[in-house]
Amino acid sequence: MSPILATALQLLALVGALALVHRPFGDYMAAVYTSPRHLRIERCLYRCVGVDPDARLRPAAYLRAVLAFSAAGVLLLYALQRLQDKLPLSLGFEAIDPDQAFNTAASFVSNTNWQSYAGESAMGHLVQLTGLAVQNFVSAAVGMAVAVAVVRGFVHRSARSREGAARAHEGAARSGELGNFWTDLVRGVVRILLPVAFVSALALVATGVVQNLAGAHEVHTLSGATQHIPGGPVASQEAIKELGTNGGGFFNANSAHPFENPSGLSDLLEVFLILVIPFSLTRTFGTMAGNVRQGYALLGAMGVLWLGAVLAVTASEFAHPGTAAQAAGGAMEGKEQRFGEGASALFAASTTMTSTGAVNAFHDSFTALGGGATLLGMMLGEIAPGGVGSGLYGMLVMAVVAVFLAGLMVGRTPEYLGKKIGTREITCAACSFLVTPALVLSGTALAMALPDGEEAMTNIGAHGFTEVLYAYTSAANNNGSAFAGLGADTPFFNTTLGLCMLLGRFLPMVFALALAGSLARRAPAPATAGTLRTEKPLFSGMLVGSVLIVTGLTFFPALALGPLAEGLS
Amino acid sequence: MSTTTRVRPPQTPAAPGTAEAAAPPGGPAGGGLSDPRLLVRALPVALRKLDPRTMAKAPVMFVVEVGSVVTTVLAVRHPGEWFGWVVTCWLWLTVLFANLAEAVAEGRGKAQADSLRRTRTESVARRLTEEGGEETVSGAALRVGDRVVCEAGDVIPGDGDVVEGVASVDESAITGESAPVIRESGGDRCAVTGGTSVLSDRIVVAITTRPGESFIDRMISLVEGAARRKTPNETALGILLASLTVVFLLAVVTLQPFARYAGAEQSLTVLTALLVCLIPTTIGALLSAIGIAGMDRLVRRNVLATSGRAVEAAGDVSTLLLDKTGTITFGDRRATAFVPVGGATEAALAEAAHLGSLADETPEGRSVVALAEERHGLRGSHEGGLKGAVWVPFTARTRMSGVDLEGQDGRLVRVRKGAASAVRAWVEQCAGGAGGARGAGDEVDRVVREVAEAGGTPLVVGVEDAHGARVLGVVHLKDVVKDGMRARFTELRGMGIRTVMITGDNPLTARAIAGEAGVDDFLAEATPEDKMAFIRREQSSGRLVAMTGDGTNDAPALAQADVGVAMNTGTSAAKEAANMVDLDSDPTKLIEIVAIGKQLLITRGALTTFSLANDVAKYFAIIPAMFATAYPGLDALNLMRLASPQSAILSAVIFNALIIVALVPLALRGVRYRPLSAAGMLRRNLAVYGAGGLVAPFVGIKLIDLLLSAIPGVN
Repeated sequence: MSPILATALQLLALVGALALVHRPFGDYMAAVYTSPRHLRIERCLYRCVGVDPDARLRPAAYLRAVLAFSAAGVLLLYALQRLQDKLPLSLGFEAIDPDQAFNTAASFVSNTNWQSYAGESAMGHLVQLTGLAVQNFVSAAVGMAVAVAVVRGFVHRSARSREGAARAHEGAARSGELGNFWTDLVRGVVRILLPVAFVSALALVATGVVQNLAGAHEVHTLSGATQHIPGGPVASQEAIKELGTNGGGFFNANSAHPFENPSGLSDLLEVFLILVIPFSLTRTFGTMAGNVRQGYALLGAMGVLWLGAVLAVTASEFAHPGTAAQAAGGAMEGKEQRFGEGASALFAASTTMTSTGAVNAFHDSFTALGGGATLLGMMLGEIAPGGVGSGLYGMLVMAVVAVFLAGLMVGRTPEYLGKKIGTREITCAACSFLVTPALVLSGTALAMALPDGEEAMTNIGAHGFTEVLYAYTSAANNNGSAFAGLGADTPFFNTTLGLCMLLGRFLPMVFALALAGSLARRAPAPATAGTLRTEKPLFSGMLVGSVLIVTGLTFFPALALGPLAEGLS
Repeated sequence: MSTTTRVRPPQTPAAPGTAEAAAPPGGPAGGGLSDPRLLVRALPVALRKLDPRTMAKAPVMFVVEVGSVVTTVLAVRHPGEWFGWVVTCWLWLTVLFANLAEAVAEGRGKAQADSLRRTRTESVARRLTEEGGEETVSGAALRVGDRVVCEAGDVIPGDGDVVEGVASVDESAITGESAPVIRESGGDRCAVTGGTSVLSDRIVVAITTRPGESFIDRMISLVEGAARRKTPNETALGILLASLTVVFLLAVVTLQPFARYAGAEQSLTVLTALLVCLIPTTIGALLSAIGIAGMDRLVRRNVLATSGRAVEAAGDVSTLLLDKTGTITFGDRRATAFVPVGGATEAALAEAAHLGSLADETPEGRSVVALAEERHGLRGSHEGGLKGAVWVPFTARTRMSGVDLEGQDGRLVRVRKGAASAVRAWVEQCAGGAGGARGAGDEVDRVVREVAEAGGTPLVVGVEDAHGARVLGVVHLKDVVKDGMRARFTELRGMGIRTVMITGDNPLTARAIAGEAGVDDFLAEATPEDKMAFIRREQSSGRLVAMTGDGTNDAPALAQADVGVAMNTGTSAAKEAANMVDLDSDPTKLIEIVAIGKQLLITRGALTTFSLANDVAKYFAIIPAMFATAYPGLDALNLMRLASPQSAILSAVIFNALIIVALVPLALRGVRYRPLSAAGMLRRNLAVYGAGGLVAPFVGIKLIDLLLSAIPGVN
């Protein structure tokens, strides 16, 4: 089988599996978040923590809960790392330095999973299991909770405010309430992430991923050398790493490590896990909106962008320009023999389009344009399909912007899901999409203006610049993948990247929730022939166009000086 | 609904296509962009607008101005470099062009305001004193509640209501319509406007507004733009443009460290040029001009809007309440058919009806005569031409009219027409009850019922002659729907607007007319309360409602509607409650107002899209120009093969400035609006302004570059 055919078949199998699953899974998630019933174990949890699971929170209260929960997560994770040497199960590792501990805490709480440390040689089991693994679950659940809250605001049907909101609606529909963060969080973990991760872990074990609680084994090889072979609860970590679009590997080599990702089958399963929740959430959105076609329109836009990225990276890797690659017959530098160019490109595009950041090959070694495409994938703002939850609310924010940009051209005040986009809504949306480009550009500019940037590069010229640009793009967009060439474990990078991760995660959340709160108070107008139909392919196309043009225009100069300068020379 | 006596026959609806249809003749004066005097007058205004305090209101153009100042300082410090001077010059021109666009838009309004102001001469009022005498005071000294006397030749000193008398008034000063209108005390025609003049008779007017706040004053400040505030949508768009400006500012500011690392540090002039090219200057420059021109287009159609907000709301309207009378139908019933009964011929019926209607001067009567003459070739004979004719006028008690005259055989012939029951009673009475009425009663009943069910009014014609008294048949009177209304409503439906007919008729008649006119719904036997309730119901389901009205009892509904258009012939209360006043008092104009509202939003959206799409080409011009020396590979991005880095940057800057000028006419006129469905409209505008915005600058920049490189010394 030719590599191209194999790649095409893999892609086909992946798309087929996603198409099969997204509908029932999306509907299941919608049911989870809208059900009035609590499971017994959930009730126990609510009682332990002392929250009222039936209270409904206004946007500000919802946001406070999100921020308080995440701040507690950062502090706990920081403390665990700083006190590692004094706590049990440390495997004898030292306490983590303050800047690196901050960076790691920010990274895992913000669902970024940027790792400036090597997991197997820095973090003991306690930190891995009670710190990092817990955050792998809850940071993903926070993202989903915020997405669901935002969706509630978008689809909220209240009586026309002029008429008095109380009329005909009770309790749940009082103006501007977005649900309950605590139930959303707990349900996301208990009913979605845990069961799916459990099944996936078993499947991964079946494909050969290791799962044990052993430390490292000393092995004497045939040639007489000693080899250090680490073990650990890899499969369980691996499942949530992909499912929660976290990306922080058990091993430094991440999914390129044979214990994490032993075969083509496990590779395909991991890509599937990366994509399944973000893509299925569009169905959840459609179901909650009472019009599944609204979900399909978003799915269409996400799908087109994701497929475009996959094809761009794949084409660029298969073309493998440059004398060395041509002589070798393939751009195999930094790639695993068992995956080849195709599966590496598919993984790379999927991981950068979803804010996962797991890698099965090193993006630094990709062809210049292929690496540039993964960079552009992150710059799109992680919305196609994006991180769990964050992809959906990011795309909804862009939908508001797209509706406003082009929606005026139908001669009506722009509206999305029947709700008018006014000054307040556009302010929230604009602030939300402003955050990450601002962080990426100013972070990179700061690193380049100070000596720290150049000192950390392992390459010179345009490629070196791309390494720095990639780091800030990855951090601000909560991706977490690294261009691998950058020696980023310095106080400067740990601190600035850590700040980028936190701001890049929580500021868009603030604005998205504010947007949802303001939309929740708007009464929807019925659709007429004069309304811009946001469930039609034309709108999906418009959305893709707006995303590409806004991102493209923002980052074109930076891309020109990085991957374009390298790739076009 | 009040009864409206229209001063001017309602216009037949203009042809589709509409928003750009010609303004009514004789409207307040205006001028186009082509008018060089306007440009000359606008220039000093545009220069005055360079004041940073004014510029700060438009953030995008403010950034350009700051950039211009920066490049000016740089050029002064390095006076030998021609490039810096040329860039500076074009950046200033960019700002100036933007101000000029706004000034021209305002200038058109000013021209109208001036012509209005000329009519507002300092008037002298004859105020009635409490003792019953008269005193002469200045118009400016009048207070609300004062009563003034106006006689033929007087200019009415202020807005008010006629409390005594009736007069014909020349309102051409505000409406541009030269035919005089009748104003009388009581009822819905009592409102008069200051600045108009009395042509005949004497009226006493109770002043209702303070001097300086009169209708004309408001009109002047509106067309001048003095009262202009940013509309909600304009504010929202402004925020989006500002945030895009911030994004581009960041992209450009952070570029310098990147460039320095690449060994291609850029001068501040080049960076400023890049920034100005990227930020959405095209829409930023034209945004306020579009808003002013939108209001202006309304004024040209003789509609005054009290706020831009209302104009925007008009574009969003999804339910249109239209009065049946005068808007959908001609407003008077017309004879459309003769239905004979009991063996009588249609010709005989027509002749009798003709005879019986000759003296009837009501529109209904005239239409019977006209139909008989047209269908049956009956000669038009004068009332006086018939010998011994005795005309029996219509009274509310008899409910019929007719004529008694001498027939050919010298016997008395009596013709009666009127309400079915009245005429049949008369026939029975004439027949003396003995022989019974000739002409089958059942058949008459059936025809009468049929006509009523078809939405018409049956008029029964009876005759008594040599053959005795009998019913000859029924004249079918009906409300005639204006030509083209059906097509218009279909068009509106395509745009997603539901039309609802409001009528005082009974539901049966209303249903028939609604079906004939093709409206989506109707409200029969409508009282003001019904209308109000209907509007509330529509609004509570999220729809925006527009309506017209003129009576005092319409005022609450006008205020409740999202777009309320009062007729200028209406009462002060109606005008006060509405957010627009139509000086022509033409209820069909509501449809045009909706089109103008939509056109305003489309123009904004189209120019925003165009402006953003333009950036792609500018990047392909400027980025290779900046960095091709450091990374020769980037020359591959120089798709336009521009001659030199300098000419590439200059071409982009010049294109960016000139495109503003090129689009001013479009901004003032508005994007062509066609009544299409949303999807069709979007597809079309995306193709024209999205795709066009991508391609146009590639062509434009290349052309400018060709011209520039022909200048010696540029390369």
